[in-house]
Amino acid sequence: MTDYFTFFGLPRQLELDEGELQKKFYELSRKYHPDRFARATPREQQEALEATSVLNDGYRVLRNPVQRAEYVLKQDGFDIGEQRSKDVPPELLEEVFELNEQLEELRSGDAEAAGPLRQSRDRFLGLLDDVDGELNQRFREHDAASESGARRAVLAKVRGVLNRRKYIRNLVNEVEKELSAH
Amino acid sequence: MSTFQIDFSSVNTRRIVGIDLGTTNSLVAFMDLTGPVVIPGADGERMVPSIVSYPEGGGVVVGNAARVMLIDQPDRTVYSVKRLMGRGVEDVQDEIGLFPFRIVAGSESVLRLELGGRTLTPPQISAEVLRQLKKNAEAYLSEEVTQAVITVPAYFNDAQRQATKDAGRIAGLEVLRLVNEPTAASLAYGLDKRKEGVVAVYDLGGGTFDISILRLHDGIFEVLSTNGDTRLGGDDIDNRLLTIALEDIASEWRQDLSHSGEAVQRLRRKVIEAKEKLSYVPVTAIEFEFGGRRYQREITRDLFEGLIKDIVDRTLGPCRQALKDAGLTPEQINEVVLVGGSTRIPMVRNAVEALFLAKPHTDLNPDEVVALGAAVQAAILSGDVEDQLLLDVTPLSLGIETMGGVVSKLIHRNSTIPASATETFTTSVDGQRNVLIHVLQGERELVKDCRSLARFDLMDIDPLPAGMPRIEVRFLIDANGILSVTARDQRTGKETTVEVKPSYGLTDQQVEAMIQESFEKAEEDFQARQVREARVDADAILAAVDKARQSDSYWDLSEDERQAIDAAINELLMVYHGGDHHLIRAHIGKVDTATRKLAESMMNTAVQSALKGTKI
Repeated sequence: MTDYFTFFGLPRQLELDEGELQKKFYELSRKYHPDRFARATPREQQEALEATSVLNDGYRVLRNPVQRAEYVLKQDGFDIGEQRSKDVPPELLEEVFELNEQLEELRSGDAEAAGPLRQSRDRFLGLLDDVDGELNQRFREHDAASESGARRAVLAKVRGVLNRRKYIRNLVNEVEKELSAH
Repeated sequence: MSTFQIDFSSVNTRRIVGIDLGTTNSLVAFMDLTGPVVIPGADGERMVPSIVSYPEGGGVVVGNAARVMLIDQPDRTVYSVKRLMGRGVEDVQDEIGLFPFRIVAGSESVLRLELGGRTLTPPQISAEVLRQLKKNAEAYLSEEVTQAVITVPAYFNDAQRQATKDAGRIAGLEVLRLVNEPTAASLAYGLDKRKEGVVAVYDLGGGTFDISILRLHDGIFEVLSTNGDTRLGGDDIDNRLLTIALEDIASEWRQDLSHSGEAVQRLRRKVIEAKEKLSYVPVTAIEFEFGGRRYQREITRDLFEGLIKDIVDRTLGPCRQALKDAGLTPEQINEVVLVGGSTRIPMVRNAVEALFLAKPHTDLNPDEVVALGAAVQAAILSGDVEDQLLLDVTPLSLGIETMGGVVSKLIHRNSTIPASATETFTTSVDGQRNVLIHVLQGERELVKDCRSLARFDLMDIDPLPAGMPRIEVRFLIDANGILSVTARDQRTGKETTVEVKPSYGLTDQQVEAMIQESFEKAEEDFQARQVREARVDADAILAAVDKARQSDSYWDLSEDERQAIDAAINELLMVYHGGDHHLIRAHIGKVDTATRKLAESMMNTAVQSALKGTKI
C-alpha cells in the first residue's frame, strides 16, 4: 500500500496545512489524471488510473482530520474498531442517561419532549466542539514529539478522544433522526 | 540535461468529437481553432431529435425524418429511449404507459422493445442516434470519426453509464470518456475566461435533472458534489399538459384519444409548442385538429405554473442536498449556470435564482452548452487543451451486501473519481471454492432500497477450512464512473478469477453480438436505402412522362415510338416493387432512352414559344 503522506510529499504529521494539501492534490492530479493519458498505451493508462485512485483516496483521508488521525493510528498498529465507540465515556454517563430518557419519551409519543431534547442536543454539539479542540491539542503534541515512545503515548490519547468523539457524534445523529421523524 | 520535444501532432491528427446524447435531442461538436463548435447535419440543423424509426421495408431513420414517422408509424418509432437505458422491466412500469412501444416479455435484466418485427435493446436504439451524429461529423469534417466523448446525466448509475458506453461501441465509436452533463456545461462556460470560484450548474433536460457544484481554480474544475433525479425532466412537464388536453378532448368529443399513437403524437407536438411559447408570452393556446374535429384551449402562464409547480419544487431538494454535501451555503455560490431547454421556463429560473441567491448565466444556448463542453473535454483528452482538467465525482455510494440484507458502504457518494476501496473476504464453509459478492449503489441502509449493480463471483478459491482463505477484493470506480472489481489471494498473491453478472445490462458477449449484427444490418439497411432512393427517382421519371403525355409533342411521335415508351414504363413498373435497386436503375435508364426524342421535342417547343414571346 502506498503511504499517502509519502505520495503527497508531505511530512507525516497530524496537523496539516489544508491549503498546501489542496495545492499538492491539484498538482498531482495534473500529472497523473487518466485524461492526460487518453492516447497512451493501455499499460500507461492503467498506471494513471491506479495512481489517480491512490491520489483521490489519499486526499479524501488526509483532508479530513478524523480520518487522517485514524489512518495514522491504523498504520501504527492501533485497533480502531467500532465497538469501542459504544462504551459510554464515564464523564458523560449522567447526561447520556438523561438524554436517553428524553428520547424514550419522544418515541412513546410525548411531543413535549422535543424541546428539552433539542437543548440536550445543543449541549452535546457544544461538547463536540470541545472534543475537536482537544483533538487539535493532541495533534500538536503528536507532531512535536520527537521520540517514538512519546509519539505512541500521544496516539493512544488521540484514540481515546476519537472514540469519545464518535460516541457523541452517533448520539447527536440519533437525536436528529428522531427529531426530524416527529 | 538535454531534452528534446517529441512532436505529437502527427499522432493527434485523429479528431475526438464531443457528443451530447440527450433524451429529446442529440448534438455533436468538435474543437475548432476558435473554440468548440456544434456540427450541423446535412439539413443544416444543429440538433438531431433523439428519435429512431424502423420503417416498413427495412432500414433505419433517425432525427427529423423519424419525427415525421412518429406520427405515421408510431409503433415503429422510438423517442426518449434514454429513459430506458440501463433499466429493468420493473423500473419502467409506471412510465411505460406513456410510451406507445411494446416491451418484449421475458426481458428481465435488459429491456427489449419490439419495433416493426425487430427486437431491440435501448443501447442498440441509442447507437442509431450516435451513428447519425458520427455520419454528420464525418461529412462535415471530411474524415473518419472513431473516437468520442459522450455526456451522461451526472446522476446516472453504473448500469446507465455502461449502457451508454455499449451504445457507443455498437455505433462503432470508441468512447474515450463519459462526462457528466453539468460538468461538461461548466467546461464550456469556464473556457473563455480564467474563472475562479464556486459554480452551481442546474441542468433540467428532457428526461433527467442534475445539480452539480464545482470549484474552479486555475483551470481545474473540481466537482464538490452532485445530486439529481434521473426521472425528472421536460418530458414530465409535457405530460402534464398532454394529460389535461386529453381529458378535455375526452369530455368535449366523447372520445378517448389516449390509445391512438398518431393522435397523441400530434397533440404532444402542439402542447410542446404551447409550453415553449409560454416562456415568452403570458398566454397562448393549444390548437389541435384530428379526424375532422377541432380542439382549442387557452393556457395562461399562471395556469401552466400551477400545473408544473411540484415538478419545479422536486428539483430543489437535490439542490439543497448538493449544497449540504459540498459544505456550502447559498451565499457561497458565486455563479449559477443553467442547462437544458426546460431552464427557459421563467418559473424555473426564478426558483433557481431564489435558492442560490445569484442571477443565472444564460449567455450560452442551454440546448448546446453540454455538447460544447463535451468538445472541450475531447480536446483535453487529445492533448489540444492542456491547462484544463476535470475532477469529477461518483454520484452514488457504492456498497456490498452484508448479513441481514444490510448494505455496507465502501465508496461514498461525491468521492472524486477514480476512487477505490479494498475489502478482504473469506469463506464460511470448509472447502468452499466460490464467494459471491453482491454490489449495490445507493444511499439507503437496506439492500432492498438500493440499486443492485452486479454480482461478482470469486472463483477457484483454494479449498481450505472455513475462514482461512483471505481474498483481497479491490473495487475501483474509473474516471467514467464505471466500476471494475479485481481480487487477489493474499496467501498466494495470485489473482482470483472474478465473473461479473450485471444486474441490469448487457454482458460483453451480448454487446459483441450486437456489433456483429449491426454490421450485417448495416449492409441490409444500405440495400434498403438504395432501393428507396431508386424508387424515388423512378417516381420522378414516371410523373414526368405522365405529364408529357398531355403535350402536343407526345402526339407528334410515331406510333412505334409511343409504344416503345409504354413498354419501357411497363417494365419499370414490373421491377419497381422488387428489392433490386440495380434493376430499377437499369429500367429508369431504358425509360430515359425511350423518351429522349420526346424530351428534346418538348424542349424545342418550349424554346420556340419563349422566342416567340408567347405568354409563359
